[in-house]
Formats: sequence, C-alpha cells, structure tokens
Amino acid sequence: MRSLSFLLLALTGACASAGGGTRPAQTPAPASTETTSVARPQYPSTYVRHPNPPVLIRNATIMTATGQEIPNGSVLFKDGRIVAVGAKVDAPSDAVVVDGTGKYVTPGLIDDHSHLGVYAAPGTDAESDGNEATNPVTAEVWAEHSFWPQDPQIPLAIAGGITTIQALPGSANLIGGRSAILKLIPARTVQEMKFPGAHYGLKMACGENPKRVYGRRGGPSTRMGNMAGYRAAFILAEAYRRRWDAWNKDHKGDPPERNLRSESLAEVLRGNMYVQNHCYRADEMAQMIDLAHEFGFKIRSFHHAVESYKIADLLAKEGTSVSVWADWWGFKEEAMDGVQQNAALNQQAGGRPIIHSDDPGGIQRLNQEAAKAMYAGQRAGIPITRDQALRWITVNPAWAIGLDSIVGTLEPGKMADVVVWSGDPFSVYSKAVQVYNDGWLAYDRSDAAHQPRTDFELGEMPAPGSDR
Amino acid sequence: MIALLLAQTIAITGGTVYPVSGPKLANASVLIRDGRIVAVGRNVPIPPDATRIDAAGKWITPGLIDGAGQLGLVEISAVPGTRDASLQGDTIAASFNVAEGINPASTVIPVTRIEGITTALAVPTGNLVSGQAVLIDLDGATIEQMLVKSPVGVVADLSESAKDAAGGSRAAVAERLRGVFRDALEYERRKTDFSRAQMQALSASARDLDALLPVLHGRVALIAYANRRSDIETALRLATEFKLKLILAGAAEGWEVAAAIAAAGVPVLVEPLSNIPGYDALGIRYGNAGIMAKAGVKVALLEPDTHKSRNLRQQAGNAVSYGMTWDQALRAVTLSPAEIFGVADRYGSLEPGKVANVVVWSGDPFEFTTGVEHVLIRGKEIPLKSRQTELLERYKKLPPTY
Repeated sequence: MRSLSFLLLALTGACASAGGGTRPAQTPAPASTETTSVARPQYPSTYVRHPNPPVLIRNATIMTATGQEIPNGSVLFKDGRIVAVGAKVDAPSDAVVVDGTGKYVTPGLIDDHSHLGVYAAPGTDAESDGNEATNPVTAEVWAEHSFWPQDPQIPLAIAGGITTIQALPGSANLIGGRSAILKLIPARTVQEMKFPGAHYGLKMACGENPKRVYGRRGGPSTRMGNMAGYRAAFILAEAYRRRWDAWNKDHKGDPPERNLRSESLAEVLRGNMYVQNHCYRADEMAQMIDLAHEFGFKIRSFHHAVESYKIADLLAKEGTSVSVWADWWGFKEEAMDGVQQNAALNQQAGGRPIIHSDDPGGIQRLNQEAAKAMYAGQRAGIPITRDQALRWITVNPAWAIGLDSIVGTLEPGKMADVVVWSGDPFSVYSKAVQVYNDGWLAYDRSDAAHQPRTDFELGEMPAPGSDR
Repeated sequence: MIALLLAQTIAITGGTVYPVSGPKLANASVLIRDGRIVAVGRNVPIPPDATRIDAAGKWITPGLIDGAGQLGLVEISAVPGTRDASLQGDTIAASFNVAEGINPASTVIPVTRIEGITTALAVPTGNLVSGQAVLIDLDGATIEQMLVKSPVGVVADLSESAKDAAGGSRAAVAERLRGVFRDALEYERRKTDFSRAQMQALSASARDLDALLPVLHGRVALIAYANRRSDIETALRLATEFKLKLILAGAAEGWEVAAAIAAAGVPVLVEPLSNIPGYDALGIRYGNAGIMAKAGVKVALLEPDTHKSRNLRQQAGNAVSYGMTWDQALRAVTLSPAEIFGVADRYGSLEPGKVANVVVWSGDPFEFTTGVEHVLIRGKEIPLKSRQTELLERYKKLPPTY
C-alpha cells in the first residue's frame, strides 16, 4: 500500500531525500482495500532531483558551517550528495570543474521564516494568501495550499543563495496553520518543491497581531485572551489525539471523526510537527514556554523574538531556538526594544540563533543580515565567530525545521546545497555567483541559461535582466 | 547660529579624509571651530587649545544624508498617536509643512545618528500633494535647532498610490495637478478678485495655492514620487509645462528612461535595494541607481524606512555591487543630496566654511565590518548612546539589574 507508506513518512517525519534510497520498509497492508481519508496520501511531495554532472569546486575558501574555513579548498558533489570537502580533492573524470579562485563556498542558505508564494508579488489582494483571518485558530490550513510557484520573488531569493525555505502562514491568528518546507527551485507545482520527509511546522502567534485582528470581531482582544485561545485548542487536541491513538492500535470499529484542526495540533502533541512561534516580547515567550509545558510539547523556534536577548538564558535552557532579524525594530510597540546584538547575545548565552527574513527583500541578502548581526556583536565585545554567524543562516535554521542531519553544512553525505560567492559572503560587495540545489545548478550569475524566470515575468518590456 | 553656542575647536587628525568635493587625502586632518569646518588637509596647523580626535587608520567622511523617511515624525509606526507625517482630509495639502510635527526627543534620532546619518529629509506622506518636506540635522533640543532648510520641496505623488486621491486614474492625477497649478497662478494674478469673491471656485484652498507659488516660480522644488516609466515621463512633462524645479523620487523604472531624465537635468532620489515587481513598476531592478548614474543623472540614495535609516550605508554598498562606482555612491549619500536639496553651500562635503557634520569610521563606511567611532553634528561630538545601547548594557549580563 503505497499510500500508507506516504502517510507514515508524513507522520513520523522519516527523512527520505530523493535518490537516497533510505525509505523505511513498508508496513503490512491492511486487510481491507477500503481506507479512510486519513490513510490516503496527504498531498505528497513529488520532488525529484534534477540531474547534474558531478561538480568539483576548487581553489576556493570553503566555509563548512562545521567550524572549518578552508583556504584554497575544494568541494566535490555527485548525484545530489557532497562527496568530499577538503584541502585536496580529486575530481572524477566526468566532473565539471569550477575554478573558485578568489571565491567562497558555503552551504545553501536556509530561511526558516518566509512568506514567498503565500504573499506573492505583484502583491495585490489576489496574491494575499497568507492569513486565513476568519478564525483565531486555523490549525487546519496548510501554507502549501496557498503557495504560488510562479511568484516572481522566488528566482530573486534563489539568486541570493537560498536553497530551502519554510513558507509560513501569517501572524493574524493565534494558530495560523501548517508551514511548507520547500526546496527553492523553479517548479510548476508546490508538490514538486516539497522537501521529502520534512516535518511540518505549525505557525502560532503571540501578542499584538491576533489581538488587533480579532479584538472587534469576537476576540481575543487581550493577551490573556490569546492564552485562553491556545489552551482551548490544545485541550480539544488532547482528547482528539487520545481517540485516534486508541483507534490506531487495533482499528476496531469506526474510526473517530476526522477534524483537520485538531489533527494538526495532535501532531504537535505527538512531537511530529514543530511549533514555529511568532512572539516578540520576553515575558510572552516565557508564557508560551509554560503553555508548551502544560501540554507537553516543545516550541522549536520563537520567530522575530525581538526581546529574546532579555531571556537568552531561559531560552538556551529550554532548547528553543530564536529566529530573529539583524536590526528591525520600532514598527510596533512590541518591537520597540530591538537591539542589533540580539543574535549575538543569544549565542553568548548558549542558545541557537537564526537570522530569518520574513521579507522578500531580506531573503535575497540573508548573508548581509547575518554579517550585520555578527559584527554588531563583535563590536559590543561578544566574541562571535564567522562559523557561528554562518550557522545562523544554514544549519541552525535547518535544525529549526528538523533537517539539520540532511542540509545546512558542507559535509560528505549531506545534500549538495552549495553556494559559490564572488567573495567573502559577509562583505556587502559579495554576491552569490552559483547556487546548487541538491547538486543541480539552479542559478548562475554569468549564464542566462541558469537564471530562471517565472511565467509572471514573461512579456515584460524591457526585461529587467539578470540583476533585477 | 546654534552651532555658535558651543565655541569649541576640534581637530580630527591623521585619518584618510574623503572630502567628496575632491580626491581622498591620506594622513590628513579636519579642523573644526564653532561648528564649522575651517581647514581640511595634510598640513593643517592644529591650535594648542583644540580637542584632538586621533583618527589614525580611520576614514573620515561628511555625515550621511538620508533623503527620505519620517525621522522625528514617526516614533512607532503602528501607533497613530506617534505619527505626524500625513494630513488627513485634504487631497492637495501643499501648505502642510511637517516641521512643527517633528519631535526632537524621538528615540529614533539617536539610534540613527550614531550610525553615521547626520542629516535627513523629513517627508510628508499621503494625498496627491502631501505637503512640504524639510531637512533636519539629527541633533538639537528644539525644532528650530534641528532645521537645516524649510521647505526643501513640496511633495507630490504620481505613483499608483495617488490614484485614489485623484479619482482613480493616472490621467486624473496629472490633470488634477495641472488644474491646481493653473489655479494657483490665476489666484496669484487675481488675489483681489478672490478676496472680493469675484472668482470662480478654485480647485484647492487659497493657502495651498499660495504654498504652490514658490514651486511654480522655481524657487522651491517639486519632489514627485513616480515609479512606472510613463509616470516618470508624466512628471517630466509637467515640469516642462510649468517650468518646475523637479526632483524625482522612487523612480523604480527610471533606468528605462535614464537618458531622458539626464537630458532634463532632473535629479533622482532612489532606493537601491528595491527589486520586487509590482504593477507600479514591473521593471524594477537593483541596477537602477547605477544605470541612471552612468547616464549622467544626479542620483541620491535613500533608505526610506524611518526605523532603518541607519542602513543607508548598506543601501550604498549594494548600489556599488550593482553598478555605481564607490565614489559615486559616497557622493550619492553626501554631496549629491545636499546639492539636490539646495544646501550644498553648507552641507555634503568636507570643505572650509561648511557645517561640521563629520563621521569617523573604522573603515569603509559601506562595509559591515566598519563601526562608527565619532559623529560630529554642527561641530559637536555626539555621545554614541541610544535607547538601544542602554538596553544592551542592561541585558548584556543576565539577570539584569533594574
């Protein structure tokens, strides 16, 4: 039963990347050919790796995000996997050799907070698909069902060195819905972009936004109302999970009634879905940690987390990462206490900082944002290393979406998401010149044949060209 | 005059000076007295009573000028009570001068100036004619002390966002502006008839028409926001028809008509890091500023987001990445905006006689590695403190001491 194996993949989050051949053994088929909707494929990934000859990049500075910066080093990848990283690597005879003299190589960048595709350009109401602002709890909606693969912002982010994103619902709702974890490649359908085996994220939001959106239409209108809203939803989900877990043991009798909202929350309670929590204020993050303890789940990352530096010790102890901007502040009251050292202070406290974009402009220069945050920390006397700052935009966000064993570093066996930079990626003057996604040359700044354009952009006269 | 309050001589010595008005000078000094620059060069005699700032190994530039944003006019974007940049209920708000809305105590000002931005345009927003923009220095206890020039220009919107104020069509935007301009000129000719109520109804209030007269006589600029190529061309057409001193702002598709903008001698205020296509500018691209500069357009670079004004130097660095020369980019955040705003006799370069807005950087001002070491505004050294540096100090070690 092929469908059942897909289901198990989705539920357990077993990581089976394309071409890896690591899919778990199939479970025995149920006796009956009748299935309930829950046992059928749930919008499965149809991602397949694009073929590419083996590639050897040599004579470059290799930044591995594992603590190494190798001058005059090489990276070899083949069939979507990194084969070797080091000072001297031999190329197979069929390899494309890229001269990296003067260039830098990093893992593909990962943005764990993007609204690409769900708030697509050109930004009219027709593309406004990120907030299902009809109910404060919409755990039943999935960002992938809004995602538009022809969003012209996608090629721009690819040209910035991004290889994987978490596309999130907006923050209007207490519980906004499931995220989509996507390989950032040109595609006709979102299914072709879905990262095989990735855990879904669940978007939750604290503070001003839900209050503002629902304050005059039924609530919540206060922060205490926000808390009551999360608790009510998870209380229902606990009962739902119990009913289904009991039925799944023996499949006796009719299955319980299916409820998409509780189904998402039950997955959080089972630990299969990661909570991605928009939350600005330190005191509110502490409340959310207590909420997670009450229901027995973990918050994987606090997003925006503008005041996380105030409770960096608490967050490090809890093992919750923080997905922050380098320097955004002041656009609303809960963002007033932003400091440029937020990521650095969390690093210093032993936490796991991530630089995220939440922005179609910022996603194109995540390296620059990490650079600003790193140097701001260093100037304040916080000893941030280049490797740590690189991890803020590679393996740390990979961890936040549960993929750090597959992507985020340059190590043999990892997926070949690789960026070649014109110079030091922490310089304002450097640009991504080649972007490989799963070993495939997704972008080449010097070759128009590898500069994808969306359908939306066709027919624009005159075309903006490769430097849009 | 305010600067004279602080009679003081300061010598910034031994750094690499980028005067902008001329080539860089290695191992040079800038001598400042009573708020003005009195000498710049390699062999400047330093008076014994001068306060010395050792700038060995440092870069010295004029203070950066951000020709956009609402510094002093907006404290918290989402809190209406702290926003003073828009006039409601008046489509033609030409007489609305934002100066008295400025809050010299805004916490956004120290956050911005300690990153090397010393001067900014405070720009009214909204409506078809938004009001009068003023130029301010980012220091001063009162509005009077901050003002550099008021008004710098009357702001009009010819972009997509102005259509509603004009009834829903770009054609109406242009025609409405023409009507108002004609009425202003007729009102000027027939003020007596107007006061006797012997004139047909005018398309804007008398005070707004009055405020447009300096624009129509070329004494005050019209700052026109336009992005689509055809809207830029409309702005150029209006400028020709009414002999306006035009400043284009936004100009996202300006690269497509760079030659025409250059031929018209019209300067442009542009944000380098904008490339997200929308129906107001499908041709938007990073290369815009560089292409226009290459075509001979006078370009000033912007960071239009008030709270991110400090990122003007990141904008400039990226303008270099996408086609401007480094020298062009530095000029585009110093002397060019000073020229465009009509204050180049006092601002924008390090030359004797100019107001001493000076920044000492640890290196290339556009690079992330670089920190600001000293900021002088009107010859006064600014403490490198803000609400954010105080938050950092409080929480650097946890738990904090309250």
